Amino acid sequence: MVVELFLDLRSQPCRALFIFAKKNNIPFEFKDVELLKGHHLSEEFGKVNVLKKVPALKDGAFTLAESIAILLYLSRKFNTPDHWYPSDLQKRARVDEYLSWQHTTIREKGCKIFITKVLVPLAVGQPFSQDKLEEAVEELNSALKQFEEKFLQDKPFIVGNEISLADLVAIVELMQPVGCGCDIFENRPKLVEWRSRVEEAVGKELFQQAHEIILNVKNMSTTQLPPELREWLPRYIVHILVEQREMPP
Amino acid sequence: MERSFSSVYLLCSYSQGQVVSASMHHLSPCCSLCPAGRMGIELYLDLLSPPCRSVYIFAKKNNIPFTFKQMEVLKGQQHSDGFGKVNILRKVPALKDGGFTLAESPAILTYLSQKYKTPDHWYPLDMKKRARVDEYLSWHHSAIRSSVFKIFWLKNMDRTFCPRASTFAKGLEGLWLTKCLTDWRPLVVFPLYMDQTAPEEKLQEALEDLTIPLKQLEEKFLQDKPFLVGNMISLADLVAVTELMQLIAIGYNILEDMPKLVEWRNRVEKAVGKELFQEVHKVILNFQDLNSMLIEPQLKEQMKPRLLKMVA
Repeated sequence: MVVELFLDLRSQPCRALFIFAKKNNIPFEFKDVELLKGHHLSEEFGKVNVLKKVPALKDGAFTLAESIAILLYLSRKFNTPDHWYPSDLQKRARVDEYLSWQHTTIREKGCKIFITKVLVPLAVGQPFSQDKLEEAVEELNSALKQFEEKFLQDKPFIVGNEISLADLVAIVELMQPVGCGCDIFENRPKLVEWRSRVEEAVGKELFQQAHEIILNVKNMSTTQLPPELREWLPRYIVHILVEQREMPP
Repeated sequence: MERSFSSVYLLCSYSQGQVVSASMHHLSPCCSLCPAGRMGIELYLDLLSPPCRSVYIFAKKNNIPFTFKQMEVLKGQQHSDGFGKVNILRKVPALKDGGFTLAESPAILTYLSQKYKTPDHWYPLDMKKRARVDEYLSWHHSAIRSSVFKIFWLKNMDRTFCPRASTFAKGLEGLWLTKCLTDWRPLVVFPLYMDQTAPEEKLQEALEDLTIPLKQLEEKFLQDKPFLVGNMISLADLVAVTELMQLIAIGYNILEDMPKLVEWRNRVEKAVGKELFQEVHKVILNFQDLNSMLIEPQLKEQMKPRLLKMVA
């Protein structure tokens, strides 16, 4: 039985999984869960992930949420090359350290930019606020500074000379603002070089394939929201933007 | 036996004088016995912080030898130059193992569990069980930790202040969704460096926001199991309970209407050992002492911009 991955490539963690699985020739069935059509709110999907989030994995009767957990599970189950999640304890710890830190920094701030520029206008039918956007970009800038100084430093990749899960998880998050027109790589030569290396290590074609949807995000703004999303989306936005409140069901 | 930890190779007295590579020593069978494999690590901890408590409990429970490096976050010690060399992110907990430094409690916990070969139940080798621990540790960050952190700062300090709360509160009254979306501000909470009180409704709101994650904790993660991942305590239970204790200890009985979670919390305490559990939570259980803490004016001024930046 083949592993099922429930993904929406508009979502950063979903892209990390997609790339990882494809790159490592892990056989899987792509189960499309379109967030903007409210698929994740369906009862059927709730049986796969009661938290109603993507990505999710189904391996026979075993279901799993949280992209980090899924990436690690796949790396172990399919014995992927060591550099993705090194067996050397200290290198491994460096990957874990980044994967933990990024939740409330790179991920959170990258999300905020995307939400401010794309999702809020979609929800309220007004153009995005330039002030809010600048504020969100400023917050990401602080995180990027730490990223460069603490995690990347002068290494080719976060953990050393080869790409790991840390780089994969980082790059997909940073592509989100790029996808909506905020080039956060501008004036950051070190990051630009790192990004090129990551793209090359992943494979340009696969990288483009994974990012095709998000790089054409202007198509999202004309999407008509289905009724079940019209209430959910604003609440989701408030949750992310305002307080880190848990999403209302 | 060679005690120079900077040397690449060392003589392990337990493996009959065998020369082993220091970086690979943790893989040798004698590691848990041999003092060479148990070179002293330093743990930089402030037991006021839940992640620090989980690291402390784990190290103590597993007899991992470490030097306790006391950090006092409320006094801004994480901003010292010395600590900056240990963790440039300036957060606790932090680990120092010879020349190797490490931040982030989940990374520290799994590092320690693997280096010291702690009993399997903490971080099971079984792929699916291990995935469950990973799943919880990942979810915990934004679901539980961020809410608890906010409530703690809103409540604990008599003199906390939300400068933009009034704007936000207004936004909540009318067409709250639209207003929020067009006039949102992140809630900013300052500890006792600013001399104003947090609005009560902010606190209540934050507490309500914890309802759903707690429900998910019970229904998705715990279900009918004794512990989050199965029949025995794991890193997931440790991280969860130390976090929830942050509020329980300051008088918020957040598990009041959730008997299943109460029983689970008691099981975790028992599995850790009552004495150790009480010891590690001593600081937070005496949180009232913190309110009378006098912050030097100079430190207040020094800390204000950093705090603004930190919570912005």
